[in-house]
Amino acid sequence: MGLTNSSIGMKAVDFGVEIKKQSQEDKIIALAGNPNVGKSTVFNELTGLNQHTGNWAGKTVSNAQGYCSTENQSYVLVDIPGTYSLMAHSAEEEVARNFICFGNPDAVVVVCDATCLERNLNLVLQTIEISKNVIVCVNLMDEAKRKDIRIDLAKISKRLGVPVVGTIARNKNSLQELLDIIDKVTDGRIKPSGLHIQYQKEIEEAIAVLEPSVKMLTGKTINSRWLSIKLLDQDASLMKEIKDYLGIDFYENKELMEALAKAKDILVKYGIDSNKFKDKIVSALVTEAEKVCHGTVVFEKEGYNLSDRRIDKVLTSKATGYPIMLALLALILWLTITGANYPSQLLAKALFWVQNYLSAFMYYINAPIWLHDILVLGVYRVLAWVVSVMLPPMAIFFPLFTLLEDAGYLPRVAYNLDKTFKCCCACGKQALTMCMGYINLKM
Amino acid sequence: MNINSLNDINPGEQAIVNALLSTGSMRRRLLDIGLVENTVIECLGRSPGGDPTAFLIRGAVIAIRSEDCENILVTRR
Repeated sequence: MGLTNSSIGMKAVDFGVEIKKQSQEDKIIALAGNPNVGKSTVFNELTGLNQHTGNWAGKTVSNAQGYCSTENQSYVLVDIPGTYSLMAHSAEEEVARNFICFGNPDAVVVVCDATCLERNLNLVLQTIEISKNVIVCVNLMDEAKRKDIRIDLAKISKRLGVPVVGTIARNKNSLQELLDIIDKVTDGRIKPSGLHIQYQKEIEEAIAVLEPSVKMLTGKTINSRWLSIKLLDQDASLMKEIKDYLGIDFYENKELMEALAKAKDILVKYGIDSNKFKDKIVSALVTEAEKVCHGTVVFEKEGYNLSDRRIDKVLTSKATGYPIMLALLALILWLTITGANYPSQLLAKALFWVQNYLSAFMYYINAPIWLHDILVLGVYRVLAWVVSVMLPPMAIFFPLFTLLEDAGYLPRVAYNLDKTFKCCCACGKQALTMCMGYINLKM
Repeated sequence: MNINSLNDINPGEQAIVNALLSTGSMRRRLLDIGLVENTVIECLGRSPGGDPTAFLIRGAVIAIRSEDCENILVTRR
């Protein structure tokens, strides 16, 4: 059994999850990223089957850890939930932030989608604010190439002050480069400088007042600038985490509270209330992302791909949207319902053939009739029925829907049907759930 | 300057965000997708039912319901 965190002196509770290191020298790499950027593919390709899944303590957010190694170093990869930001608005975001903040990862790899890099940089910038050891992995480079998006990785890396690697997750070679960079960052050959995000004058003034007191309290454990911003932002959940993880209660510290009051006075003086403050922070991040991408991400074709637009028009127009959708859904339902008949019959035949033998066996051992009836006619027969009726349609329906999902058709269905579903206070996304319900009903 | 809500922007037109009036989780969602002041939005089309409208925002296509568009103030370009 590998060494656990507690056995090498770190408390498992510190991260909300137990990091299972295989050896003490293992370095921890956090894998962050927006949802749907191929983060799991990167994770799976790097770690193979060498994985361990569980949940974050007290949260219904799943956690996966895996192992991979290079010539020089072995790593524990921790798959952080996919989020758009680290502002802790949801359980996922909170988990992601806490791990980057308190999990002491040796490096954080932020996986981005090359086809909408600018939007993904929001998360990158927020991560850089917390930790300097960030590596940006621009995934789906093949997709970007297909859409004629030119990305100058070297220049972006220079602007962000952290290494940037382009990858195609299914291509092992491109991941090798990522591993090389991880090696270099974790052993100190590359020291990321990390872009300094400048906020507007008034906010910087408030930060300057607050930061020294924060630094006094936390020392080098947490980036004091980032923490000051969060204090000004009245992020109560973070303050609670800090109390739990680091044992520092900010609200009990008189000196800090005085500094905070002073800093807040500055903001009030400039007319920045808490809502405005949040907006200005987010705006600064968005404009920074815009600046980083300016001239480095070039769409050779204006907007998004023209052929994509044409297909979208057909799939969502008034005249053709509904017919195509109904035809596709009908086709899938038909394939599922009629297609499932044959394997269903076969399964039923096989399972009931076994039932005869079970009966014969019960008879042979002279089991009482009631026992035979309970076990064979009751338990076994019900199970056989359920399996033969339910298994084949599910085995056909889900792969078919996965195909539609991969093709990107399901969001269009949600878009087409949203108004209808809104009538009963649901949203278009629930169309898939309803289709499944319908299939179950038909069975 | 003519300030409209995002609902007044028709497919094919572009607009610049002036202010966000939405609150709570919707506001945070919109900020997360980068809908801050001075962001350029292009209207791509309406759903066949007429309600959610698709917009091109910072390279991503995003559908927004009319009740939420109402709280996004924009200037037509």
